[in-house]
Amino acid sequence: MNAAHDEKLRALLKAAFPPVRDADVPRDVWPAVLRRLAADRARVPWFDWALAAILAALIVMFPEVIPVLLYHL
Amino acid sequence: MELLEQFASGNLGAFEALFRQFQREVYFWILRIVRDPAAAEDLTVEAFWRIYRSHARFDPARSFAGWARRIATRVALDHLRKARVEVPLPEDLSMGPPPNPALDAERRAQIHRCFRALPAKLQVAATLALIEERPYQEIADALGISVGAVKLRVFRAVRWLRKSLAQAGVEI
Repeated sequence: MNAAHDEKLRALLKAAFPPVRDADVPRDVWPAVLRRLAADRARVPWFDWALAAILAALIVMFPEVIPVLLYHL
Repeated sequence: MELLEQFASGNLGAFEALFRQFQREVYFWILRIVRDPAAAEDLTVEAFWRIYRSHARFDPARSFAGWARRIATRVALDHLRKARVEVPLPEDLSMGPPPNPALDAERRAQIHRCFRALPAKLQVAATLALIEERPYQEIADALGISVGAVKLRVFRAVRWLRKSLAQAGVEI
């Protein structure tokens, strides 16, 4: 592989993919970022789901724990 | 400095101020990598979401721009991994000058196909080094690797491209 060959490949790529010129102002995506953050806050973490599932299973298998749980709530 | 400390502690106002300051930079950096304005916009949202999510890990003594660029590069890299091969040929790259008219459409399409078939890691390094002509140090910082590793990726990308272009019948 020689330098001249590399230069040819570079020129070919540059011709096929014109370099980006940052002249245009991108659209303001702040509202979309806020929506994404809000959606993230509303999502229940997997750990909470697991805890709820364990609790439900416990109640189904051992109904006698219900008064104990109610006492601790 | 105070703004960065506020951001690191999770202040949304400070985050918005940083967003306003760096949105453009992050967007164009992603656009350079993915070369699709619509995808770059979505990925900018994703990048800033990840930036805010990891605010607690940000060291206010360091550069926010460099940190944001590294996250943006990772987001773009993930996108290329997912979008590999399915990337449409952008007719309107809406950024630079029109593509070289000397290069006929079919040849251009083949070059696009071969380039998009590159593994994402090599594609990012090749895009930034060969097409955008960014300094190796800047690419290394954005990818979180050494300059030597960037050079190796570019070398491997060139070797891969040579082979696939030759197979596609594109003369270099």
